[in-house]
Parts: sequence; structure tokens; C-alpha cells
Amino acid sequence: MNSLADQLLVLVMLINLVMLGSSRLIFSIRAVAAQGVILGILPSLVHPLSFHLVAITASIILAKGIVIPYLIGDAVHKAHIRREVEPFIGYLPTLFLGAVCTALAFVFAARLPLAPEHRSLLVVPASIATLLTGFLILTTRRKAISQVIGYLVLENGIFVFGLLLTEAMPFMVEAGALLDLLVGIFVMGIVINQISQEFSTIDTSRLRALKEE
Amino acid sequence: MIDGIIHCLVVLLLPPLLIGIITKTKAAFAGRVGAPLLQPYYDILKLLRKGSVFSTTTTWLFRAGPLVTLAAILTASLLVPLGRHPALISFDGDLILFAYLFGLARFFTASAALDTGSSFEGMGAAREVTFSCLAEPTLFVALITLARISGSLRLSTILTYPTPALWRATGASMLLLVAALFIVLLAENCRIPFDDPTTHLELTMIHEVMVLDHSGPAFGLILYGAALKLLVLGALFTAIALPVSTGSDLADWGLFLASMAALAVAIGVVESVMARLRLVRIPQLLVGATILSAFAMLLVLR
Repeated sequence: MNSLADQLLVLVMLINLVMLGSSRLIFSIRAVAAQGVILGILPSLVHPLSFHLVAITASIILAKGIVIPYLIGDAVHKAHIRREVEPFIGYLPTLFLGAVCTALAFVFAARLPLAPEHRSLLVVPASIATLLTGFLILTTRRKAISQVIGYLVLENGIFVFGLLLTEAMPFMVEAGALLDLLVGIFVMGIVINQISQEFSTIDTSRLRALKEE
Repeated sequence: MIDGIIHCLVVLLLPPLLIGIITKTKAAFAGRVGAPLLQPYYDILKLLRKGSVFSTTTTWLFRAGPLVTLAAILTASLLVPLGRHPALISFDGDLILFAYLFGLARFFTASAALDTGSSFEGMGAAREVTFSCLAEPTLFVALITLARISGSLRLSTILTYPTPALWRATGASMLLLVAALFIVLLAENCRIPFDDPTTHLELTMIHEVMVLDHSGPAFGLILYGAALKLLVLGALFTAIALPVSTGSDLADWGLFLASMAALAVAIGVVESVMARLRLVRIPQLLVGATILSAFAMLLVLR
């Protein structure tokens, strides 16, 4: 592992914080796309070059950096929303919580029984911090689209953890995971459209009460 | 000895020029010729020659405000190393004194504003202390991080420790620190995007509104103090952002002056391309800066 990969992981964690603090959906989508592209570049820095690696890099950049952001952007466009209006917890508190989570991720990673060669890397804390950020976005935002973005960040966190295992992980497994993700985003896009057509809002907290026809 | 004399001369003579450079940069961006570079000197000299008007409702606090503020910032300017040269006064833990001298200056400016009894100035004082108590943790965390890197509690050692080699080794955390400190620099000096130093609209002012009742020499001292604060915090910033040394003493002074001028141009560019933030967004940016510096500390500590 070289220092360039570490710098990129720092960037990934910074993007987490940016996403927690921003209210504009389009901006969040671009941030998650940038995070996806960085994650796509990371495996090629960590592991020796091979066909397997090139295929993974290309498919991840294509899926996380282009296709998925395009799909979510499309859903945003169709549902006519620009920003998350009233999150359950405000932006400043979530930003603060995100910082605390990042700090805790470092503490937690230091206590994990990791392989000695993985001990000094930023990979594990970065992945835990990204996972926790994803959880935070998923639980504190009201709009369905923000929750999809949170879900993506969560998946990015899992992917960062997988960096340690890229050689052990067969290509098919990763391709399968990416495909699942893509289908998930696709379905969510359709669901979001349906929600916004039926209820003229995609505020998920209003979906608790049942409606009678 | 010669370094000490140059230090004093730079601290006493340079500050208004920085303001002049910022104004000139903004004028160039707007396509105007702009005021001459030395205009801030003329302004301050003109104000010093004028008489003062003191409101009858004010007490000694109002008169002490500008003096104590300027004295505190002048003391702080003795603690900060300029360029690669150690400061005139330095002892263990002087970084805390350095940070709290700014606190003292702010306290007296705000008290003098409250002393006028104008609700308008009270509003400005409230804003100023709110934003500065959000900016202070950033400065402290950044200084603690640098203290940890350099293993010393003296500002002179801390700020002359960064080198290009250190930048290559801990690039990420240094970059985070520089970003956080730049935000603090803009906030502490009341520049855009936090405060507009040229505005006189009541709803948007922070620092300007606190000094509305001062006139003549007192106001001149306030203007000079604000420029000096920019120099001191700018020296702190450039020591970390541009840690280059030429080896020769005089060339280092030249390098320091050039980097301060570059910083002034950078601030002018920021002021020209950015709009002022809405008041509710300012705490968000300041807390963001604190988080950046805390993150840098986390990377250094592990």
C-alpha cells in the first residue's frame, strides 16, 4: 500500500463529511459519483496489475461513477425535487455526528485483530467511517432519494473493506454485487417515481399512516 | 539582532499594504483602476490627525477598546515567527497566549461596542463572539496538531518545523490543516465569505458594525489593528502553507514578503469570486473547518 492510496482514502472520508453537510440532492449525487470513481481507482493502486483488476476498475467506475448517478439524477429530475428540506436531525448535528463516527472508526479499527500487514493502513477505519456515514444518511433524512444515496455510501464502505480481499474475491462475486446494486437502484428509482405520483411527495415519514381509498 | 529589527519594521510598516493589495486585486477583477496601493496608509494618517467625538453615554471602556485591542495584537505579533525567522519572544506554551491575545482583543472590541448602548452595535458584538467561538477550536486543534508533529510547544519551533519533506510525508493532514486555517484566517479577519469589510448595510455587518461609533485616532487604530491581525494570522498561515527556505537570511525575508503579498492576492481573488454567505451558513462552514482540523489531528495521532 502506498501513500497515494492513503490520500485517496482520506478524500473518501472527506466526501462522506461533505455529503452529511450538504442539502442539495444534485450535489450529493455528484459527491457519491466522485466517491465511486475514487473507489474504482483504488484497487489498481493496491494490487498488482492484471486483467481481473482492469475489468474490476473499469466496471466499478462505469457503474458507480456514471450509470448509478445517472439513474438517481433521472429520478430526482422526474420527481421535481432539488433539496432535502427538513431532515430528522439538522445538518450541523449530523456533520458533528459524522465526525464523531469517523473518530470512533479509527479507535475501533485500532482494536480489531487485523493481519499485521493491514494494521497500519487507512483501509479499515475508512471503510467503517464510510459505513457509519451511510447509516447516518439513511436514518436521518426524510426523502427517499437521500436514503438511496445513504444506501450507496453504505455500499461504498463495504467495498472499501473488500479492498483488502480483492485477490481472494473472484471477479464474478464482485460483478454480482454490482449488478445487485444496479438493480436495487433501478427498482428504487421506479418506486420513488410511483411514490411521487401517488402522494405528490416523497417524504417517507408520511408513509407510516395507511390510506383508505 | 538585524532579524529583530527587520521583524519590528515589518510588523509596524507592512500591514496596511496588505489591505491595499487586497483592494487593488478586487479592483482589477472588477475592471477598475482602484485606489492606490498606499491608500490605507493615507487613510490611517488622516484619521490620526483628526479630532475625536465621544458619546456622553460611553465610559472609559469605550476609549480603552481600540487601545487594548491594538496592544494585544501587537503583543501577538511578537510571538509569531515571520518567515523562517524565530519570533522575538518565545517560551513553552506561548501558543496558548497567542490564541488568547486575540481573545482579549475581541473581548475589548465587543465590550466597547456594547458600551455605546446601541442595540445595533450589540447585535454586531453578539455575531462576532458567536462566530469567533466557533473559529477558536479550529485554531487550537490546528496548533495542537502541529505541536504534536513538531514535538514542541513553542510557536517559533512549531511554525518553522514544516518543510517540503514533511509535506510529502504527511501531505493529507497538512492539506487539511491549511484548508482549515485558511477558513479561520478569512473568518477572523472579517473577510468575504464571512463578513464584508466594505459593507455598511446593517443586516449584513459583523465587525464593521461594532466600530461605527469610533472616530478619529481611535478608528485609525482600529483599522491599523485589523490590518496587523491579517499580517499575524497570515504569517501563521504562510509558515505552514509555504514551508520553503532559501538558506540565506535576507532572501528568506524577501520570500516572506512575497508570500504575504501572494496571500493578499489570494484573499482578493476569493473576495472577488465568492459571494457573502448567508448568516445561517456561516456556523456550518466554521464547524466544517473544525472538523477538518480534527480530522488532521486524527491522521497525525494514529
